Amino acid sequence: MATMEVAIVGVEKRLWSGEASFVSARTVDGDIGLLPGHQPMIAALDEAGVVRIDPSEGESFHAAVFGGFLSVTAESVTILAELAEMAEEIDVASARDELQRAEGGGDDFDDAAAAAARARARLRAAGESPDR
Amino acid sequence: MAASLRVLRRRIRSTKNIAQITKAMEMVAASRIVKAQNRVHAARPYSDEFTHVLKTAAKAGASDHPLLVAREEPGRTGVLVVTSDRGLCGGYNANVLREAERLMRELNSAGKEPQLFVIGGKGTAYFRFRKRDMAGQWTGFSEVPDYPNATRAADTMTACFLAGSAETVQGESEDEQQGSSDGSGEGGEGASRSSSFVPPKEAEGLDGVDELHVVYTAFNSLSSQRVTSSQIAPLELEEDDESSDGESDGSGSGDSQERQAEYEFEPEPEVLFDRLMPKYLRARVFAALLDAAASESAARQRAMKAATDNANDLVDNLTREANQARQAQITQEISEIVGGANALAE
Repeated sequence: MATMEVAIVGVEKRLWSGEASFVSARTVDGDIGLLPGHQPMIAALDEAGVVRIDPSEGESFHAAVFGGFLSVTAESVTILAELAEMAEEIDVASARDELQRAEGGGDDFDDAAAAAARARARLRAAGESPDR
Repeated sequence: MAASLRVLRRRIRSTKNIAQITKAMEMVAASRIVKAQNRVHAARPYSDEFTHVLKTAAKAGASDHPLLVAREEPGRTGVLVVTSDRGLCGGYNANVLREAERLMRELNSAGKEPQLFVIGGKGTAYFRFRKRDMAGQWTGFSEVPDYPNATRAADTMTACFLAGSAETVQGESEDEQQGSSDGSGEGGEGASRSSSFVPPKEAEGLDGVDELHVVYTAFNSLSSQRVTSSQIAPLELEEDDESSDGESDGSGSGDSQERQAEYEFEPEPEVLFDRLMPKYLRARVFAALLDAAASESAARQRAMKAATDNANDLVDNLTREANQARQAQITQEISEIVGGANALAE
């Protein structure tokens, strides 16, 4: 099966890179699935979203990506994010706390909404349901 | 004679204390370098990839967004100077400031009025003492900068850059009053697409600029750091005119193919680049801060090593002098005793 070079690059470090056969992400305009040989593209991702990667070897995994965008060429997909967390790094309990606090509402509606969105993305990436 | 011996001993003691302190600082700096160096290397892919993506997009003729296309007749120009908060790091700050002065002279003679943004206590002190206006100053993180620090500085400059030299930065409009500009830069405006960038409070009322430059110390290796000034906005495209030079963006991989390929943008280029621009400047500023932090520690380590060595030399010399004085004192005492005994014997 054809593969492509995929990298998730955070501001502080490269989180993951390797060969993969499929990448799915949510852009500001909607979900997108990328296979090798995709048309070159630059797309802004949701402020807080989840990326799924199917590496050519091993299990597919998720990562929570904040303030990111992706750049696609025929052979590669690069996801650049201001903050990114791999699913296994995510602390589910604290994300849940955060979500609860954010939904409880702060003084600043926008801040609370953004915090809630971030917490939801974390939970989704970790394979938990945000709405329990 | 006894007095001078005591003075010498006191000097030896205090010099040893100084050597101890500088030695400690040297070791702290040395351990900082390793950490800072790792951060520089870890963070490099992001800023490199980002620059690569934008350059590719710009070459594909995607957009005439202000970030990508140089403005005609640039007027005011923003200069970000990255210095350290603390001294005791040799010529580190002096070199940066000298380069900053050179750049500003150059800009002045090109008819661009420089507008200063300064990071680090030493730089702000330098310009304040000379009564030069600073549009922005940030201190307190030069040794261990983190991304929110870079965000604060970068967002202020982004706001100025977006305003352009004919304007000043406007405050947030009414309906955006709630929008967060807390500088954390990771979330913020959620799904709002039209204006994903809210100028920070501290940028309000500042004069706009047409170009942004940054002066910092690039960290090449432990033994080599170089003061660098580079333009971060608009993007410098080396082959604007000659379209054959594919190597100039540093990576050069499949570049010619990429340029021919039709790029898709989502959302449309104007909106996309509006979103990417603040992130891009944050990335560049953050990279500069990390480089500067590593260079600062390297400079401090070298300076402190030299200080320790000098202090040890001084201790050696003083010890020799003290020994001489002690010998002389003993000799004198002996001759006094002998003289006294002789006098009694007679």
